[in-house]
Amino acid sequence: MPTAGPRSGDAIFASVERVNAELFTLTYGATVRQLLTDLEEVEEVNKQLDQMGYNIGIRLIDEFLAKSNISRCVDFKETADVIAKVGLKMFLGVNATVTNWDAEGTCCSIVLEDNPLVDFVELPDTCQGLHYCNILSGVIRGALEMVSMKTEVTWLRDMLRGDDSFELQVKLLKQVPEEYPYKDDE
Amino acid sequence: MIGVGKIKQYSNVLERPLSKGKQEVSLSAFAFLFSELVQYNQTQVDNIAELERRLEDAGYAVGARVLELFCHREKGNRRETRLLGILSFVHSTIWKVLFGKVADSLEKGTEHEDEYMISEKELLVNRFISIPKDMGAFNCGAFVAGIVRGVLDNAGFPAVVTAHFVPVEGQQRPRTTILIKFAEEVLAREARLG
Repeated sequence: MPTAGPRSGDAIFASVERVNAELFTLTYGATVRQLLTDLEEVEEVNKQLDQMGYNIGIRLIDEFLAKSNISRCVDFKETADVIAKVGLKMFLGVNATVTNWDAEGTCCSIVLEDNPLVDFVELPDTCQGLHYCNILSGVIRGALEMVSMKTEVTWLRDMLRGDDSFELQVKLLKQVPEEYPYKDDE
Repeated sequence: MIGVGKIKQYSNVLERPLSKGKQEVSLSAFAFLFSELVQYNQTQVDNIAELERRLEDAGYAVGARVLELFCHREKGNRRETRLLGILSFVHSTIWKVLFGKVADSLEKGTEHEDEYMISEKELLVNRFISIPKDMGAFNCGAFVAGIVRGVLDNAGFPAVVTAHFVPVEGQQRPRTTILIKFAEEVLAREARLG
């Protein structure tokens, strides 16, 4: 197969197999509900969702790299752009923008224009502390860790909590230098 | 999707306009999520039956919502009241929207009057699943069985729904059959309606 340059999120999303977003939304809802029943504490649910996201992220990065044809990003700015424009698009079909960079270029916000996780969702009074989309922040954290970036990903704004959009803050904690030679199987 | 505007804020989820249900996410996104759902539930159980029951419960919650949503959107707030009607609604309408295709087959059980089977060569949720040998007959289709039970139960057709692997000759992978066993009252009502 000829290897052209990096592919756009739209092009990848158009070429991959897709499923109805409502099946995805409702399945996610069922997952969250099950966690709420099992764990009872909202804070525990936030943690578990983040962990599930992390588990997904460390696997999803392979598919992302394989399909996007993207090579190493020159800096964290490019990384954030790639997550917003390619990553989120190719998996969830959503558009996102990157804003609010700090002076050092190590912390920014990803603002989602659309979010298939939250259709049909309303947080009851008892769940106000729930970060319903915490799985997503876990995914980003996990995926970045696999490409040598330790990050902290937190929700700054959440429409389910009455904000006007979904805003994820991604903060680069440190770049982990890759060890060479790689020790695949000792 | 091009031209999708920013999501608007509504004070109440019910005021939000209902989407047409044409939005999509990648199959991978769903598969990753489903895999986490299964793995999480594995940590909560001691045996396979319990695991299947928990997946079925999760599916049931989806089915109950799917019924409400589809009856509103696809059928103008009407729902099927007859046995064959609701079965073909599940086999055609629901399958088509959720899984992108009509189910491979819908059959009546040969041995029992109250049993029906929906079969699928490669059930969407089983696409990326391989069952370890020590887990025996465990089938992740329990989740889909749960969806079917959720739909049927909430439409007034209580039933026991289970998922089974059925080997197919000449095929490496077995197909999945969703077995529906209706409650007595359902058949009694059908008989009365004639």
